[in-house]
Amino acid sequence: MNPFSVLRACARHVVRGNRAYWAWISFLLALIVWGGAAYVEQLRHGLIVTGMRDQVSWAFYIGNFTFLVGVAAAAVVLVIPAYVYGWKPIKELTILGEILAISALVMSLLFVVADMGRPDRWWHLMPPIGRMNFPSAMLAWDVLALNLYLVLNVVIVAHLLYRGVQSRPPSRFALPLIIVSIPAAVAIHTVTAFIYAGLASRPYWNAAILAPRFLCSAFCSGPAILLILFQILQRTSDIKIKNEAIWKIAELMAYAMFLNLFLLGAEVFKEFYSGTEHLVHFTYLFSGIHGHHALVPFAWGFVICGVTAFLLFLFPATRRNPVTLNIGCLLIYASVYIEKGMGTIMPAFTPDTLGEIYEYAPTLHELRVGAAIFSVGFLIFTVLCKVAVPILSGQFDPRRHASAAESAPTASAA
Amino acid sequence: MEPGDRSDEPAVSLSQSKALVPLLLLFGLGVLGILATLLDGHSFVPPEGAAANRAYGPADFPDIFDKDDALTGLEEARAAGLAIPVPGPPLTEGLYPCSACHADMPTNPVRRVVDAHGDIVLHHDEENRWCLDCHDAKNRDRLRLASGALIEFTESYKLCGQCHGTQYRDWKSGIHGKRTGYWNGAKRYLLCVHCHSPHSPAFKAMKPLPPPLRPQYLAHQGGSHEQ
Amino acid sequence: MNNDRSRRDFLVGATAAAAGMLAACSPAARERFFRRHFQELTPSEIDARMCRLKEDYDRQLGRPTTVSARAALPDTVFGYALDLSRCIGCRTCVYACVKENNQSRDPQIHWIRVLEMKKEKGIDFEGANPYYDPATVPDPDHFYLPVACQQCRNPPCVSVCPVGATWQEPDGIVAIDYDWCIGCRCCMAACPYGARHFNWGEPSLPAKEANTNMHVLGNRPRPRGVVEKCTFCVQRVREGRYPACVEACPVGARKFGNLLDRESEISKILREKRVFVLKAELKTEPKFYYFYSL
Repeated sequence: MNPFSVLRACARHVVRGNRAYWAWISFLLALIVWGGAAYVEQLRHGLIVTGMRDQVSWAFYIGNFTFLVGVAAAAVVLVIPAYVYGWKPIKELTILGEILAISALVMSLLFVVADMGRPDRWWHLMPPIGRMNFPSAMLAWDVLALNLYLVLNVVIVAHLLYRGVQSRPPSRFALPLIIVSIPAAVAIHTVTAFIYAGLASRPYWNAAILAPRFLCSAFCSGPAILLILFQILQRTSDIKIKNEAIWKIAELMAYAMFLNLFLLGAEVFKEFYSGTEHLVHFTYLFSGIHGHHALVPFAWGFVICGVTAFLLFLFPATRRNPVTLNIGCLLIYASVYIEKGMGTIMPAFTPDTLGEIYEYAPTLHELRVGAAIFSVGFLIFTVLCKVAVPILSGQFDPRRHASAAESAPTASAA
Repeated sequence: MEPGDRSDEPAVSLSQSKALVPLLLLFGLGVLGILATLLDGHSFVPPEGAAANRAYGPADFPDIFDKDDALTGLEEARAAGLAIPVPGPPLTEGLYPCSACHADMPTNPVRRVVDAHGDIVLHHDEENRWCLDCHDAKNRDRLRLASGALIEFTESYKLCGQCHGTQYRDWKSGIHGKRTGYWNGAKRYLLCVHCHSPHSPAFKAMKPLPPPLRPQYLAHQGGSHEQ
Repeated sequence: MNNDRSRRDFLVGATAAAAGMLAACSPAARERFFRRHFQELTPSEIDARMCRLKEDYDRQLGRPTTVSARAALPDTVFGYALDLSRCIGCRTCVYACVKENNQSRDPQIHWIRVLEMKKEKGIDFEGANPYYDPATVPDPDHFYLPVACQQCRNPPCVSVCPVGATWQEPDGIVAIDYDWCIGCRCCMAACPYGARHFNWGEPSLPAKEANTNMHVLGNRPRPRGVVEKCTFCVQRVREGRYPACVEACPVGARKFGNLLDRESEISKILREKRVFVLKAELKTEPKFYYFYSL
């Protein structure tokens, strides 16, 4: 089968679905249109339609970007047990992790574009027509790392699906690429953390612990999405996902959750015990300053959710129970989303470098654009899973001789 | 069997539990609720009557910013051949030359509070100083240094410098006082008296120009960026 | 095969459409979109761009303008010193800067921010207040600290810009190519002094208030979505004039000159007064000094 007919076979699977599937797709498309209109407004009026100002110059868009890069890195939690330790129950599922990585990376890149003041000048980043301030600028490293990781995952997924459609095993180059995705995943999130950790002007970020914190929170939040998805797939398709695979991932997440809480505790100790000027950002986050306390409920929220999720995942009884497992997944997802989004970006800018407090809150425009971008990611995820799941469950219908069969009925009808 | 795996399955297996969909719905509603509270927390409209909540610009203060007198007086001072080229002193209209009246008036050298020139109130070490310590008794068109030397009003800095030596030294290097012109060329200094009234030298407090607009009101001025 | 031919036709058609669109644009529009980085232009290209900019600004402002691309003067590194004993917080410098440098009036942009601080706490940013508005200044319990771009010798903004839109000129001024900036605002996150400002909305500059004497890296009106900041009035200082804020200050608290000239005011201040810089522990090594003359 040539690539074009493989694409056609995949497209056939994507457009074939039940009412629930089409309701979901329509919902996503509606959100994309609604949010797309908000982005057009932003292009017309400028970023002033957001809540960002000079004092808090990065906020909702960059917070989501940070969180989603972490989700993209989380494919590693599947790849390591499957390929380094050769654990079969997870091995069949790694492609789903990589599909998640692709969706999350596309979303991250879209959030970066949404945040740019001059998206029409995106080409300024690309040598030779543009100019990239490499190796000095961490953003330049990040652009390279994210795009390379995206290409890597697209190549891996496309190759696996292509061979799967043809019922052939993957080529021998697939395994080294998959193994390379492990350090690549660690690299993308480390580079993202370095963008922030390298700024001496923002003491809330300028800490060596930021990169390890990012990785730990990524490894506990990304797989949470996969666990929920696997359970959905167990019900809606014929794919065989062993419960042990889900429980093993949950067990690994428990380790990541512990490290995440430990590193947060280490940061909190250092700031509160030494009590320097830099403490003010943590004080703003956890108790508010000078009557400004917008973030306080979110801060305690993410701590409580994170600790509860950790406890739920710590004990095997609650880790295996479907209700508590899912509660734990949602709690850790919410906890890390808040911690990495609002909890990482906003306290760094509040108070700002000259001591001013501007309490940022997102506007409806930003939320709409965010909803659209998340919908794009979910759409990519859904479409790729719609192709991957039948392949994994052995029910992909390639219809090799489709062209002759399709043209005959139309000719006779005409 | 992996170490740590338990051989007994829980009562409800993952694929059969009915908890997933309700939990996802609950989560979604929670997210929407939180987003709604975030949006409510916005107030882009400045409170009524708040004075400095509109964006001011230099055009609102034409008497300060519509003139460009940075180099005024420099050319005349250089043409006059002054040692340090400064514009002429801000003498009161119609009073100079002082000798017009004082040439014929008798001089009373007794230290007292003078009632002529009643608009001048001395707030400059008035316990120890009075008019004729600086103004020469015999020639009112000149100022008098401690050595007895007489100087023009255009060189009054020499008089101030007798007591205020450090300011005088800094003024000559350009560290003290306003200086305009060319950093690599001609500079216009000002006399001490251009900024400090010699009879009451302390700077008067003034109303500051308006503060900047607070960031939350940035978008609300022109009306073209309505939320 | 049908598939191959239809694919080929599509590709040919798409390429033709793109080429057609490009050709249909005016040369000016093409030049404006594909503008190269300022530092990569040859002298004749710089002249051509200055002509184009002058035409644009003549039209925008309805008056004749001049757009200079004057390079740094030789043997010159600019330094600035501000006398904290003298500053009374009147903000004349703030608005003089706005007038000289064509900042947007709405949304409002100020390059200088004056912080009111308590005398008993000294320099403490947490207690600083830029929105002070008493009946008169100076307030007896407070002192005033104006902050703008410190033109650091080791500028963090320059290191982090992903496209190299900001760089340090030979005379020490940190410049921005407004036509190259992509508006990512990483430089704003990196600046420890809050000195960089973003054009969040479409900048508005009433034509009759504009200063028509412009420099390409300095006070020409900026487009939307780019970062701007104090440039030590590059359009003035490269012609030998003092920056606008130095001339506007009614108490003479602002001093400026060439650090390489031993006899300049700034060098004398460094020698004779004790100067300090803000946030020295960050090793940005600003060329903007503060001192106390009393």
